[in-house]
Amino acid sequence: MDLSTEELNIILQTVRTFMKKEVEPLAEKMEEEDEIPRSLLDKAAEMGLFGISIPQEYGGLGTGMVGKASIFQELGKGPNCFISVIGCHNGIGSVGIVMEGNEEQKERYLPKMASGEWIGAFALTEASAGSDASAIKTTAVRKGDKYILNGTKQFITNGDIAHVFTVMAVTDKSKGAKGITSFIVERDFPGFSIGKKEVKMGLRGSHTTELIFDNCEVPVENVLGEEGRGYVNALKILANGRAGLAARCLGSCEKLLEISLTYATQRVQFGKPIFENQIIQHYLANMAIEIEALRSLIYDVARKVDNGEKVIKEAAIVKAFGSEVYGRVADLAVQIHGGMGYMRECEVERYYRDARITRIYEGTSEIQRNIIARQLKKEYGL
Amino acid sequence: MNIVVCIKQTFDTEAKIALDSQGKIDSQGVNLIINPYDEFAIEEGIRLKEQLGGEVTVVSLGGERAQEAIRTALAMGADKGILVSDPSLEEVDEWVAAEVLAKAVEGISYDLLLAGRIAIDDGSAQVAVRLAEKLGVPSVSSVLKIEADGEKITAVREIDGGTETLEIPLPAMVTAQKGLNEPRYPSVAGIMKAKRKPLNVVSLADLGLNAGDLSPKMVVDSTALPEARKGGRKLEGEPDQVAKELVQLLRDEAKVI
Repeated sequence: MDLSTEELNIILQTVRTFMKKEVEPLAEKMEEEDEIPRSLLDKAAEMGLFGISIPQEYGGLGTGMVGKASIFQELGKGPNCFISVIGCHNGIGSVGIVMEGNEEQKERYLPKMASGEWIGAFALTEASAGSDASAIKTTAVRKGDKYILNGTKQFITNGDIAHVFTVMAVTDKSKGAKGITSFIVERDFPGFSIGKKEVKMGLRGSHTTELIFDNCEVPVENVLGEEGRGYVNALKILANGRAGLAARCLGSCEKLLEISLTYATQRVQFGKPIFENQIIQHYLANMAIEIEALRSLIYDVARKVDNGEKVIKEAAIVKAFGSEVYGRVADLAVQIHGGMGYMRECEVERYYRDARITRIYEGTSEIQRNIIARQLKKEYGL
Repeated sequence: MNIVVCIKQTFDTEAKIALDSQGKIDSQGVNLIINPYDEFAIEEGIRLKEQLGGEVTVVSLGGERAQEAIRTALAMGADKGILVSDPSLEEVDEWVAAEVLAKAVEGISYDLLLAGRIAIDDGSAQVAVRLAEKLGVPSVSSVLKIEADGEKITAVREIDGGTETLEIPLPAMVTAQKGLNEPRYPSVAGIMKAKRKPLNVVSLADLGLNAGDLSPKMVVDSTALPEARKGGRKLEGEPDQVAKELVQLLRDEAKVI
């Protein structure tokens, strides 16, 4: 059951107030200390922000894609580290269990994930397997009623704060991509540990870490979906997250347009606000054009998802376009701000750095184009 | 203890105010919120209910969109909502609002009435007090702290240069000042529960009122936006001369001393 317009409006208004009162004031502190205060995550949990995409019968909001996108859009207006944690949890960190989990797994994990007690993360990437996800080397060998996992995952968002990990590992090397299986791994399973925390260009406050599996024991009942379906699961999980990721980008773009517009009308050079210069007006207009196009695209795709339509190509398009629009808008925002836009004290500088990763993670722009081209070929029966 | 909280839906504090072609304030595309002072009142009502039991009923007057404000209060933890909505109530003054709310409240069994001290849109701070008068109950405004038992309440209110502690028999009206509490956010679970809580939308006729008897006593002739802020002026010269000039300008031009 999806939310009514009224319910969604209440949630959006609440999120807006929450961002303004609780998140925005901490933006500089989180950037400086590379840390989101636990108390802020607790408040977000109390509100229910960790349950956005978890079905209502497991204590979540269970919203469809339109609802999820509009909430992500609001969250995206604030410091991106916050939406990164919430978005990763509600996206790739939990949708695997929502889509592929059996009843026992859902009952064990989803209520605690919806309440925010257990944060979720998704572990696919390894040193030698980024875009080529089928090249993962982490192994899982069945031993009695357990699988023994060995290997190292890298660049795992929420790695250090998550309790539940959707992990892809090779169960049968001879079968290639069809020999990969997904597992639900809990933080306190024997043989599991968190490796080094990466120092990143942006998204400070959201942590990305290594995960180390050293004879990690995972009970057989924690296989997510069927054995050998891990690669397909991973692609489905990633595809599900695409419209949401674009919606976060949309929120950030709207914020950047607002900041830039305000700055342009206040900053005086050559005796007049720089807004009076046609080139600045055109920069702002270009931002607005791309933002409106992105908005239409996101909600069009989201409605299709909610109608149960197949959107492999559209999801890839929206992810590529959303992240690229964010990059261009952030670039123009810095340009409009001039030297000030390059300074740490100016928030557009932070968005500029945070924008860069969106073209890379959860499927690079290049991989999205591969998907789009492949789907096009199929569509035309070639 | 049964509590009635009167709330008003207002523009978001960050909304850009614009006038439409008829010179009226344009509400199109504006985010609407619960008047922040009313949020304190809702929060206090819920806290008192949690402490003493009873029910919290939220009452409002407004158009279709005001349902959202009531539903938000229900999501925070209030139990019931009543919205008086009638096409003839498009333009109301404080007198009309109090008359209508009084009728709506009369039908509810209450021990305590709560409202915000003032609405941030028109800033009249009249409706709650008029309502108390109409209902014949005592009222205390700008309250910072409430302690209640079933019979009476002790309220601390703001006065010039300090606070005043009052004991008031129930039923009574109390208006909330900033500082009374920190309102909770409606949680997702609360929003789900709110869906099943009763929200009655009633018309003037339902309340036994006649639009003809409720013509506002105050009519708004015109609305104007404040004049755009002008740039500052810098006085230059010798300090004693500049000081004299400044005093003269403050007296004659700005008329502030």
